[in-house]
Amino acid sequence: MRPVLIAALSLGLAGPFLAGPALANWADTLAAAKGQTVYWNAWGGDARTNAFIAWVGQQTEAKYGVKVKQVKLTSTADAVTRVISEKAAGNDSDGSVDLIWINGANFLSMKEQGLLYGPFATDLPNAGYVDLGPQSSASVDFTVPVEGYESAWRLARFVFTYDSARTPEPPRSMAAFVDWAAANPGRMTHPSVSDFMGATFLKQALIELAPDPSVLQQPATDESFAATTAPLWAWYDALRPNLWRSGKSFPENQSVLQQMLNDGEVDFGISFDPASAAGAIAEGLLPETARVFVPEGGSIGNISFVAIPYNAANREGAEVVANFLLDPATQARQQNIEVLGSFSVLDPATLNPDQAALFAALPSSPALPSLEALGPTLLEPHASWMTRLTAAWAERYTK
Amino acid sequence: MRAEGRALRGVVALFLFGGLVFPIFAGLAQTARAAFGVMPAIGADNYNLAPWQQLFALPGFGTSLRLTLVTGLGSSLLALVLATGFCAVAHGRMSNAGMARLLTPFLAVPHAALAIGLAFLLAPSGWIARALSPWATGWIYPPDLATVNDGNGLALIVGLLVKEVPFLLLVIGSALGQMPVRQHLAAGRALGYGRGLVWIKIIMPQVYPQIRLPLFVVLAYALSVVDMAIVLGPSNPPVLAVAVTRWYAAPDTALILPASAAALLQVALVAGAVLAWLAGERALRAAGLWWLRQGGRGQSSEPGLKLATAIVLGLMILGALSLAALLVWSFAWRWSFPQVLPQSWSLKTWMTPGNGWGRALGTTLVLGLATTALSLALAVAWLEGEDRARRTRASWAGVLIYLPLLLPQIGFLYGLNILFLGMGISGGLSAVIWAQMLFVFPYVMIALSDPWRALDVQHVRAAAALGASPARRLFAVKLPMLLRPLATAAAIGFAVSVAQYLPTLFMGAGRVVTLTTEAVTLSSGSDRRVVGVYAVLQAALPFVGYGLAFVLPAVVYRNRRGLQGGGA
Repeated sequence: MRPVLIAALSLGLAGPFLAGPALANWADTLAAAKGQTVYWNAWGGDARTNAFIAWVGQQTEAKYGVKVKQVKLTSTADAVTRVISEKAAGNDSDGSVDLIWINGANFLSMKEQGLLYGPFATDLPNAGYVDLGPQSSASVDFTVPVEGYESAWRLARFVFTYDSARTPEPPRSMAAFVDWAAANPGRMTHPSVSDFMGATFLKQALIELAPDPSVLQQPATDESFAATTAPLWAWYDALRPNLWRSGKSFPENQSVLQQMLNDGEVDFGISFDPASAAGAIAEGLLPETARVFVPEGGSIGNISFVAIPYNAANREGAEVVANFLLDPATQARQQNIEVLGSFSVLDPATLNPDQAALFAALPSSPALPSLEALGPTLLEPHASWMTRLTAAWAERYTK
Repeated sequence: MRAEGRALRGVVALFLFGGLVFPIFAGLAQTARAAFGVMPAIGADNYNLAPWQQLFALPGFGTSLRLTLVTGLGSSLLALVLATGFCAVAHGRMSNAGMARLLTPFLAVPHAALAIGLAFLLAPSGWIARALSPWATGWIYPPDLATVNDGNGLALIVGLLVKEVPFLLLVIGSALGQMPVRQHLAAGRALGYGRGLVWIKIIMPQVYPQIRLPLFVVLAYALSVVDMAIVLGPSNPPVLAVAVTRWYAAPDTALILPASAAALLQVALVAGAVLAWLAGERALRAAGLWWLRQGGRGQSSEPGLKLATAIVLGLMILGALSLAALLVWSFAWRWSFPQVLPQSWSLKTWMTPGNGWGRALGTTLVLGLATTALSLALAVAWLEGEDRARRTRASWAGVLIYLPLLLPQIGFLYGLNILFLGMGISGGLSAVIWAQMLFVFPYVMIALSDPWRALDVQHVRAAAALGASPARRLFAVKLPMLLRPLATAAAIGFAVSVAQYLPTLFMGAGRVVTLTTEAVTLSSGSDRRVVGVYAVLQAALPFVGYGLAFVLPAVVYRNRRGLQGGGA
């Protein structure tokens, strides 16, 4: 307990973090976590994220004796399925999944079925750096209340990537894509709608085109879904014939789409990471002239979380990792475009000057947008909208 | 001696039924339960037909089914026709050993690596398009053409052909080795039949029964392939096996039930396809007999043979270029369209094994060596047990060996995983070794059986007459004399292990990371350079295995000419 106290005091933490039994328990957690290996199930399609997770493992091993092994998933749902099969087999305490990078539909599914451990997130010592007010984006995941069952990790904002040398004037709204595609047939597409990013492309358009976007914050009903999506389908039917391969086939995910942008096969990529263009340029995966833009009305934003399954074998270690992810130094490193370029989830108001300086000193890049250029953050619709949207899209266009 | 033989056979039977047959059927049973609505973990407890109704109502189900049948049956039929045509032309012009050397690279390279290389070759932004642009095509940007992941599965068919034609050539070649082909050809030619007609009317009817089982393996594989179909096949909707894998992984857990129904359907599909094939055989037999009795002669089939040969050579060139493309990508830094070669090169990925490929390589090696050693031991024990009992193999035992190769993996692996979870071994190396052995052992057994039986019994008898015990006869006479086939069987087993995708994925709980699982995962990423490294390593391992199998006996028996063997 003492090292934590000293560390906390030296960081100048305010009183509330020290109060209550949570911190006393934290010492127990640290003690139990020592020597554990945390199997972190995380989508493995991004080399920079993988490298960042490896770095996290080195740090937690040095600091807390907690090793991290990344289980690279093709889809987060793989981990959900695994926990379900473990439950099926009666494995309630020695599960193979310790920590999951999760949000949205997968979180809803696991929370509803009681497959998550918690609440734990609010008790993490570093939770004080996160704005956990009832309406904040760290408290509501796709309108589903988080209630401490997952802990914030990284901020995501929906952006388009493009090559400014090839496309000097990208469209300024989702609606404008129809005319653009008509003038440039076959030069744009979106990831398959069964993929999260493909669905997000539709949701971005849905928010812009919906007659009353506020209904999107409530669970979808048959009536509200039909009324709200009608303009979306009209828009999509106009857009689709001019998509790549006439909208009959779609790239599997955003990474494949980025490769197509790099090859010049299409003119727009999609990402949930505003720094993705800057990062990809540094990695040699996009041309130097790549940039990002968002539609004028703003774009969807959400927070990526980490959650712990109810049967995790190394629960304490997973909590230590979740806490380490919220450390200001970790978040600053994560925001560094040379490392990961993923925006911090911390509330800047809670940082002391030394911590704020870590962020101020981060390198910049011409491909990195300013926060102002990103415009307002639009809230994710309730998760039921995405489920319905995906199903309705499949019904309409998968023949 | 008799008792000893019986004990050996008992142990083999125990391992075989407990370790190989039981898990398959138990896994299948779990899948079937879920297919009819029972999976307590997700609160489904009543037998009903809802999963099937759900399955039939899933969007794209009909198309998935059609795609599976078209790509599976189409590629298998084409592979058979092409292999037959090529054999007619190439046989006799090429030594068996030369043929084996030509085919080995195609047999060794894992499906996933080949598919990834082929995708880069054929894509609109691929190597072929780059080589022709812009001077011949006028393309400054890649054209909007569906040359991979096309809606009809043509790219998938090409990918399957590149792997399956060489396999069938090998199988046909070994069948031909047991026939007096030259005499048949001479007799046929003397009677005025063209080369192609002799081949179709006289030789193939004798070859066919011997290649039928391997042909069904090809058919079953093509109908249920997952890794290659993810990389090359249509995506919206994909072939059924990929769709099932996706449904199993969907966030909506209620899809597990219709996914299980589809997995069971996949089994039925293979069974149905085999039955349809058998019916086709019957029809062809009747028609063929009539055609034979017509006695038509001449050279009319020559253009067809030439075409088949040209296509097969084309497939081989595609395969070779695919592997070259992987290699080039693994050393590239920036390589944009329409450059034929990278603008800048880098060793970065190769120099950083710590980023993942080092560990994946290690795991792949451990899995490959363990499964190969265990399979080889079991195969030797089985064959030795047969020898000691002086029995030939019952036909059911032969079918048993082929069982894991004929059943679609997706049909029983998910169920088997639930079983393994119950035993508490899922997610570990041992579970993956076990699951991989289901597929490694059959190949090792098949590769070893014929050479084992072909061993000249006089040597063994002589050893027995000199008083050698059965064990001594095995270790001092048989095994040393069979070093070359043993090494070949080991190389084949190792290659099969390296290529395993679904068993590693399902049983390893994602924790057991091999070159194959990583390559397939990363192939849906944005970095071809990293994929190139994984795929090159994945393709290289089996090559090393085959190389060792070739060199080892030659070195060990450098002073024993009779044991070096030519093409054995």
